[in-house]
Amino acid sequence: MELYLYIALFSPLVGSLFAAIFGASPKTSITGYVTSALLFTSFVSSAILLNYVMGGHTVHVEMMTWMATGDLYIPFGFVVDQVSVVMMMVVTIVSTVVHVYSIGYMDHDKGFNRFFSWLSAFVFSMMVLVMSDNFAGLFIGWEGVGLCSWGLIGFWYQKDSATWAANEAFIMNRIADLGMLIGIFLIYWNIGSIQYDVVFAEVGKLPIDVITWIGIFLFIGAMGKSAQFPLHTWLADAMEGPTPVSALIHAATMVTAGVYLVVRSNPIYDLIPNVGLFIASLGAFVALFAASMALVNRDMKRIIAYSTLSQLGYMFVAAGLGAYWVALFHLMAHAFFKALLFLGAGNVMHAMHDELDPFKMGGLRKVMKGTFIMMTLASVALAGIYPFAGFFSKDLILEVGFVEHHYVIYTVLLLTAGLTAFYSFRLVALIFHGEDRYKLFGIHPHEAYKFMLVAMSPLLVLAIIAGSFKMTYYQLVTNLLPSTQYHVHSEATYWIMTIGTQLFVMLAIAFAYKKYANWNSVPDGSSAMENRFCYKLLWNQYYIPKFYEEVFSKPYLELSKIAWKQIDLKIVDAMVDTIANVIYKTGENTRDIQDGNLSTMLRWMVFGLVVLLALAVAFTVGYNAVGA
Amino acid sequence: MFEAIAFYLFAALTIVMFTITVMTSQALYAITAMAAGMIFISAFFFILGADFLGAIQIIVYTGAVMALYAFGMMFFDTTRNVIEKRTNPKIVFVLGILAAVMVVAIFVAPIVSNNIHALYPVEANVGNSQAVGMVLFSKYLVPFEVAAVMLLVAMIAGIVLAGKKMDKSLTLMADDQIALNHTSQESNHKGGGH
Amino acid sequence: MEVTLTHYLVLSTVLFAIGLIGVMRRKNLLMLFFATEILLNATNIAFAAISHYIGDLSGQMFAFFIIAIAASEVAVGLGLLIVWYKRTGKIDLDQMNSMRG
Repeated sequence: MELYLYIALFSPLVGSLFAAIFGASPKTSITGYVTSALLFTSFVSSAILLNYVMGGHTVHVEMMTWMATGDLYIPFGFVVDQVSVVMMMVVTIVSTVVHVYSIGYMDHDKGFNRFFSWLSAFVFSMMVLVMSDNFAGLFIGWEGVGLCSWGLIGFWYQKDSATWAANEAFIMNRIADLGMLIGIFLIYWNIGSIQYDVVFAEVGKLPIDVITWIGIFLFIGAMGKSAQFPLHTWLADAMEGPTPVSALIHAATMVTAGVYLVVRSNPIYDLIPNVGLFIASLGAFVALFAASMALVNRDMKRIIAYSTLSQLGYMFVAAGLGAYWVALFHLMAHAFFKALLFLGAGNVMHAMHDELDPFKMGGLRKVMKGTFIMMTLASVALAGIYPFAGFFSKDLILEVGFVEHHYVIYTVLLLTAGLTAFYSFRLVALIFHGEDRYKLFGIHPHEAYKFMLVAMSPLLVLAIIAGSFKMTYYQLVTNLLPSTQYHVHSEATYWIMTIGTQLFVMLAIAFAYKKYANWNSVPDGSSAMENRFCYKLLWNQYYIPKFYEEVFSKPYLELSKIAWKQIDLKIVDAMVDTIANVIYKTGENTRDIQDGNLSTMLRWMVFGLVVLLALAVAFTVGYNAVGA
Repeated sequence: MFEAIAFYLFAALTIVMFTITVMTSQALYAITAMAAGMIFISAFFFILGADFLGAIQIIVYTGAVMALYAFGMMFFDTTRNVIEKRTNPKIVFVLGILAAVMVVAIFVAPIVSNNIHALYPVEANVGNSQAVGMVLFSKYLVPFEVAAVMLLVAMIAGIVLAGKKMDKSLTLMADDQIALNHTSQESNHKGGGH
Repeated sequence: MEVTLTHYLVLSTVLFAIGLIGVMRRKNLLMLFFATEILLNATNIAFAAISHYIGDLSGQMFAFFIIAIAASEVAVGLGLLIVWYKRTGKIDLDQMNSMRG
């Protein structure tokens, strides 16, 4: 089984290195095929491991020593247990699909090979992140996915906005990573090890406030990676990257790393329910907050990104309330339908020549039948309609909120569910229904390559049927995670809740269709609704980016200018210049010594001799004085 | 008493001779004064009982070195005096005297000589030459041989540097001129053979 | 009126100083060689004197080697001097400034 572990872990790395060899050369299709094939190998190995883990075993290997200094011993250890194998399956399935899809999507791109190198490197980092058996390895993967995310968001580096977004994502993640590092340091400081099994066994013996701090700092790291408020702005801007990247990194895998961290650290968070409640509250807030911004946005990918943010909020609610297996389940289901949604959006973008405004589309169902079906079904799954995947996972989170008596959270999530359905179908309606507004812009849309649709189909199937794995999944992960069942006690309440939720969501969908399915104009900012305060507030993302700009970026820029002009130029540079000038002037003034005249040199030599003799005399006298 | 008189006499003579060597502007005076000074120095060696060293001093310095200088001077136009610019003569004397004072101060200080003992003491009943020979060919054999090789190398170097192409200045010629010179000489040689 | 080691050492130092002055003062390259010989001889006296007063032959040995070195130096130095003279026609130290920095 160790062999399969290594294959699953390292085949993406091999693929990445292979593609990197051709990184600077023009497109060679083979890089796409090889990386995809290796990803598929990784997927098959993960599936074999899943089968093995289902049998009640786990695989734990220690590949080699990484650091051994004093008391600190950190090996490159990897573990395949019930939690990590679920993550591995999600990562390998989605990334295999995305790789195959990208062969078509990046077909005409100059950086084709570079793209696959980065993408496979990302998968490798993600695998390290989920498979590591200690916090240090997790951190390596954590940073690795951050780096690859940076490289892929800024993939079209010739665009200023892309490089800006890449840097924003990277810097925001660094801020959060500092928190995570502090958390890891605290763990090491107090427990003396960062192996999961040791830490989780020992953590209960620590004083409660130390555990609280550890939990808080680790969660700060998770907040950055999973783009939780107030570090959420990078995720929407990260949509500057190629769409497959958005599907893989910014919907299915990397952004869920924060949830994975909380789920993995469940023995820590179990001890500190207050922090858990905070996480849940923040998650609920973000769910509503992000969904509200998605309501008015006119950028297709940003809408889906806000939706991702909102769903991450759901996951944190579940994780914060101690329903770790529910969080992980929603993570899994969400990965499938959200990646599908993104890839569908990618098809639309291609068809519309990179046009992102859904108001400029309309009626695309006639030309893009396959994409239309897939995106509609993905949206249905996202909205949580029975029997799609979203229903099982999302309703479960609502039930958790209800059963745990957090009715405020429950209400917020219910409201968000309605909003989710509304904005999802607003998008679908605007893109695929109504009049053919794109004709105004002289675009001739076409369906994507067949094999891209075929590549997407596994995700479609999973988005539909993932919910039926619920019991199998539950039995698998509860070997490791707390196995609380969340059942509403009264049968009647349960049915009222479920049916009520379904009706509410369907109403929202119907409302979205009614409002947008027959849309026939492109808004230009003059209508009454667009001038309303709350529209503007949402349109400007609650003015948070502007706030960051004014409060953090600009003062920092000013500070940097002061540091540059006052400190660097006038103090540091001046000091360096002075040293250089002193040496230069000394050389200039003593240049006469080296006039090439041997006689002068001889005189200097004798002068040196006299100085040495004088020193000898001085020491002799000194020695005599002391010796006597 | 006799020893003291001899010492002071020869000391005065040596100092005078060497001062002439250093101060005169005539090359011939200088070389003559120096040869004389060398012989006077050998007198000290005799006073000190180093007979062999004294003999060597006379043979090597006045016989070989001075003769070499004399021959060397034949290559130069000694009648044409080198115009010696005197820059800061005071500094020269100040530095020289300072150095001397320092060295004397060190010699006078009584710390060095106290714990010196003879490594190769002079044997009582042999003459100086014999004693020197015994030490030189036993303890100092390797340095002696090395010195011999050094002298051989120096001799060859002197001959090569000074003796090659006495009629022409090779160093003044460019490379192609030297090559040309060689070929013409060879053809001359062949022509002569006819 | 006994002659001690110090007398010899002082004599040696005086001669050495004369040599030093010569080295610094002369601009004629040949004269510079003479001054160098004076320096070497000054040390020789010191070696012979110390050898005598301590009763060790090592001093004389060193004097021998110094004489050997002096002879070699003269041979090589004079050869170089002749080469230089043939090349430039001068043996003036002030004009040897090809090492000008």
